[in-house]
Amino acid sequence: MPNPTLIQTDRLGKYFPVKAGLFAREAKFVRAVDGVSLRVRRGETLGLVGESGCGKSTFGRLILRLLDPTFGRVVYDGRDLVPLNQARMRPLRRKMQIIFQDPYSSLNPRMTVRDIVGEAIRIHKLARTRPDEERMIVDLLGKVGLRADALDRYPHEFSGGQRQRIGIARALAVQPEFIVCDEPISALDVSIQAQIVNLLMDLQRELGLSYLFISHDLKIIEHVSHRVAVMYLGKIVEQARAADLYETPLHPYTRALLSAVPVPDPARRRLRVLLEGDVPSPIDPPSGCSFHPRCPRAEKGKCDVETPVLKELEEGSGHKVACWHPHVDEAGVPSLRKIE
Amino acid sequence: MPAPLLRVQGLVTSFRTDMGILRAVDGVSFEVPEGTTVGLVGESGCGKSMTALSVMRLVPPPGVIEVGRLEFRGRDLLKLSEREMRAIRGNDISMVFQEPMTSLNPVYTVGAQIVEAIRLHQSRSRGEARDRAVEMLGLVGIHSPEANVDAYPHQLSGGMRQRVMIAMALACEPKLLLADEPTTALDVTIQAQILELLGRLQQQLRMSVVLITHDLGVVAEHAEHVLVMYAGRVVESAPVRELFARPRHPYTRGLLESVPRARRGLAPGTKLTTIEGMVPDLRHLPPGCRFADRCPMAVPECSAREPDLAPVESDPPTHLSRCIRAKEVPPPGTPAGPRAEAPGA
Repeated sequence: MPNPTLIQTDRLGKYFPVKAGLFAREAKFVRAVDGVSLRVRRGETLGLVGESGCGKSTFGRLILRLLDPTFGRVVYDGRDLVPLNQARMRPLRRKMQIIFQDPYSSLNPRMTVRDIVGEAIRIHKLARTRPDEERMIVDLLGKVGLRADALDRYPHEFSGGQRQRIGIARALAVQPEFIVCDEPISALDVSIQAQIVNLLMDLQRELGLSYLFISHDLKIIEHVSHRVAVMYLGKIVEQARAADLYETPLHPYTRALLSAVPVPDPARRRLRVLLEGDVPSPIDPPSGCSFHPRCPRAEKGKCDVETPVLKELEEGSGHKVACWHPHVDEAGVPSLRKIE
Repeated sequence: MPAPLLRVQGLVTSFRTDMGILRAVDGVSFEVPEGTTVGLVGESGCGKSMTALSVMRLVPPPGVIEVGRLEFRGRDLLKLSEREMRAIRGNDISMVFQEPMTSLNPVYTVGAQIVEAIRLHQSRSRGEARDRAVEMLGLVGIHSPEANVDAYPHQLSGGMRQRVMIAMALACEPKLLLADEPTTALDVTIQAQILELLGRLQQQLRMSVVLITHDLGVVAEHAEHVLVMYAGRVVESAPVRELFARPRHPYTRGLLESVPRARRGLAPGTKLTTIEGMVPDLRHLPPGCRFADRCPMAVPECSAREPDLAPVESDPPTHLSRCIRAKEVPPPGTPAGPRAEAPGA
């Protein structure tokens, strides 16, 4: 039995208006997120991977209602969040937290660790007395591997990895169920990345947390995620259990992404699918399948005209793809990704 | 063996700060043979970028090169006047930086900036230099170079700007390219394009490259020889296959192990191996091995005296390590941690 769904989005979208020029009549829009339906189950990590500008961070903010969607729904534990006003959102905000990429700019430099971690405890009135509050903060610091003597120090006294631990302690302070991890390790050194990843996975087991883990790093996503969704120009192009996605990727974009990752093994030569050109602008996304101008399998008259829908090739497999020419053999079975 | 193109010997680059002298590069020696790529790996603050800037003699103040020899084609770069050095920079030795957004001048077209680089070193007319700029833009894979030569940096994407930087660096066909995290700011699909391009151009121009990166995958695929730096020191130096198959320094092994590998065959949610603790403060270095307090293989002797960078075995003599237990470092991917094999542990 899969765990019950904690949070899900239904055709969620965010269009940002852009001014094309001083006298522009027609308003143009950046289609940052364009009809994304995803679900995160209790205790599960959903990995969201894509290149810069694909809309993955905007999606992370939409799902927390830090941004208001242009259309679509966000359903948390059976409740639609989109119509809720600030006051009615507040009790739910406790359940949903975010950890940011940059541990340098996401902590207020004028606040001590005690204030940073304790602020939310005070706002949500989770502690009855001051000593109670201090005990909670020290306990949280311990959970993320920091000593109690960190309490009255300021962010600049800590290294990047330690600051990220403070950010995690702050997120945990309100006992959330769901955490959006937005590139939580991208700004850290390799040896520190592993420490933070291990910490996040320990906390998940211990506290039963659900994560939306946003990253451009396919290796980390594979390591932490139960399921993975691949985003391109505001849309999900493929979604599957982690093992399926990495072994039998169906979408040509997923294959290209995976093949582009350098492998730390000089004895192995990669078969590399080199993509032509850059990611197109999300202001005027290409017609049909938005990946078609860079796609090695694009079919003229089909892929540039008709937009493929994200759907399962085999019912019940949970492996969805939005592509007219997915990587399958004659019998329609997903083909293995060749590595060497 | 032919003489190396670049031979760095005992390079020390230091910064005077309010809290004492900080040696960012501390006695670094290595060679770059002609036509090869040498990878320089390490985490932030290990001195890898400062090593490259020292070779260019572009160490930002208050940093100074204290001692060392930078022998380039037989001449010591440190003995040259600033004018002689300027003739070498951008001509014989070029550098590509990480940030394509900030390394280009926003008020000039990319063509004008490449033309300037060419005319600084070569007696070409404006028209000839412009033709050369267009040629270079085509070479680095910029579409319609005749049109894009007149583009301003903001009109190009990050990947395109990095290509422009490479075009500019290679316009005078340097013998040595110092590439400092040339693809770190880029997406993986663009990174693959740029690295492939660099490899192709290197062969065409028979150039040597010093590739500075924190990404072990990039090094594995593009370098022939690798130097691993830690806290200002080279701690290991080896041919690339050697280094990945038999790391001889616990820090190198730790770096290799902390990168998640493909999950196939591995139980889901397996913990990553970490290197505990943090890089030491360069102003307060321990007396012994600089990695000792984070090292899973450390013995008391490690904190007494810092080991030299020396060949581990006579074969190959090119594999150097700065560790007294170099021969005992277990190969990567072995399940037991190194501590399990430590005698008396």
